Amino acid sequence: MSNSVLVAVDGSEGGARALQYASDRAKLGGAKLILTYVIEWSPYSFNTPEENAERHMRREQEIEKATLSVVEPASALLEASGVEHETIVRHGPPAETLIELAEKHGVQQIVIGRRGQSGIKSLLFGSVAGNLVQTSPVPVVVVP
Amino acid sequence: MTRLFITFTAFFLYTLPAFAGFDETINEITAPIASAVGSFVFFKIPLFGAQLPLVVLWLVIGAIFFTLYLGFVNVGGFKHAIQLVRGDYADPDSPGEVSHFQALATAVSGTVGIGNIGGVAVAVTIGGAGATFWLIVAGFLGMSTKFVECTLGVKYRTENPDGSVSGGPMYYMKKGFEERGMNGFGKFMGTFYAIGIFIGALGIGNMFQSNQAYVQLNTVAGGALDGLGWLVGLILAAVVFAVIIGGIKSIARVTEKIVPFMAIFYCVFAIIVILMNFSSIPEAIGNIFSGAFTGEGVKGGAIGALIIGFQRAVFSNEAGIGSASIAHAAVRTPEPVTEGYVSLLEPFIDTIVICTITALVIGTSQVADPNFAGDATGVAMTSAAFERQISWFPLPLAFGALLFAFSTMISWSYYGLKGWTYLFGEGQMGQTVYKLVFCAFVAIGCMVQLGPILDISDALVFLICVPNILALYFLAPIVKREMVSYQARLASGEIKRYKH
Repeated sequence: MSNSVLVAVDGSEGGARALQYASDRAKLGGAKLILTYVIEWSPYSFNTPEENAERHMRREQEIEKATLSVVEPASALLEASGVEHETIVRHGPPAETLIELAEKHGVQQIVIGRRGQSGIKSLLFGSVAGNLVQTSPVPVVVVP
Repeated sequence: MTRLFITFTAFFLYTLPAFAGFDETINEITAPIASAVGSFVFFKIPLFGAQLPLVVLWLVIGAIFFTLYLGFVNVGGFKHAIQLVRGDYADPDSPGEVSHFQALATAVSGTVGIGNIGGVAVAVTIGGAGATFWLIVAGFLGMSTKFVECTLGVKYRTENPDGSVSGGPMYYMKKGFEERGMNGFGKFMGTFYAIGIFIGALGIGNMFQSNQAYVQLNTVAGGALDGLGWLVGLILAAVVFAVIIGGIKSIARVTEKIVPFMAIFYCVFAIIVILMNFSSIPEAIGNIFSGAFTGEGVKGGAIGALIIGFQRAVFSNEAGIGSASIAHAAVRTPEPVTEGYVSLLEPFIDTIVICTITALVIGTSQVADPNFAGDATGVAMTSAAFERQISWFPLPLAFGALLFAFSTMISWSYYGLKGWTYLFGEGQMGQTVYKLVFCAFVAIGCMVQLGPILDISDALVFLICVPNILALYFLAPIVKREMVSYQARLASGEIKRYKH
């Protein structure tokens, strides 16, 4: 297992705190960071024909937006602190996708931020952190 | 856009009183037109005492040919279709595009409409129980036709400069024939099809849907909406207007999400009703088989039942019309033939599953009480069959019918629009004109009687089957080549399965 850590960002404050935490730890331990942005998406949703026809275009736009507004600034931050890293932007159900990537890259742990969802919302939709903690094959750090 | 909407609404509100006797007038105007168009398209040849419309023969021969030519892909490809929809072959490194599941769900939402509830009742009324058997056979054969047209839809689609995609019969006709050095013919066919689909969209995907939704609402309301077709029509038209012109996508999105659940809800309750009619099941199934070959009590006997069954099946699952290939063309895949596989599930779900269930609800009710529906036909007949066992069901059925009708209208407005933009380009002004006309026909659909509506819808839709099937014959060798190559690579493991 390589000395690497997967950190998830999403443009939120929680994500920024997770990045900060992971960056500090990586510098101390000389670990490599896998900087990941998961764009929430499901192959099982129902769309109108028009949405399908525009899907490819929207996908590119979503990736571009995530890259420009979140991933690149985060990457610049890591660069400045001298932390070795690579970046991934990918569509999928968040928890599942993070686990898939963690397994693929053989990371030692996953660092994510807390969204601080209200009780009802997380009851209905579950929380990414909750799902991840339940199903992850590697330790998960949830940064408050 | 909002201003346009307000003007539109204000205009109709202002002229409301004038519409009081409007239903009658519209009816008088459309009936002769409908019968004229109908008799032209459904040119009939007498066959064993029955009248066989040439176009139905055209479709049946096509479906049989594709089934044989592709070695019963509708049977052999079924398992692989399910694997594709489950995402077993989806490349995990490129998520975020339209999935096979989504393409199927969208196309099914477009085809599962009033035809599945009302069309089947029409078939059974005219063609007897035996029509159900032929309906199922037509669904089975139609799977092969869909396979061909949807593969071609993806293979010959066009990417627009803005990154969106357009595809469908007009594109495979134009580009496919170009490849065979028949440019002029391809262009002619493409244009003919595009005209057909944008006019046809006003029938099958529009007037028939809104008409039957109104009928069911009126049935539930106990006739309180008699003569108020124009009002229901205007409301429906306003909602469609809000979605396709006002760009209020949330309505469409919500509908698209509810429709699959409504379909499941419908099937579950239909099965419950069939089970409640338990003692009638054997006789009802017996009637379907005996009626199919004897055609007892049906004009034209067995052939009459066969004709009606096939006609209604196509009307419901759209195989041979080419509309689904417009919806499937949105999928980005390096293997167009995978969309062919996925699409063969549509006639299966639509006709072999849902239509058969409806037919059994009606059939078992008929066995128990031959006069359960009185004079009712179409959706009203199906509703009466449900009501016999579950008294409150007509209400959710009306709601479901309304949603089915609505989602089918939204899908067809898109199909029609694709025909329009193929002919006139992607200009916004033209698109808005088409959409306005579409909304107007939604309203008209509620004002006229079912008879003429069915005639005109059938006529328009069957008209485009002629060029479409012809093109499919020409291009079928391409589909076969792709299919054989794909199957070989699938067997050799070159095409990877990611999930097990």
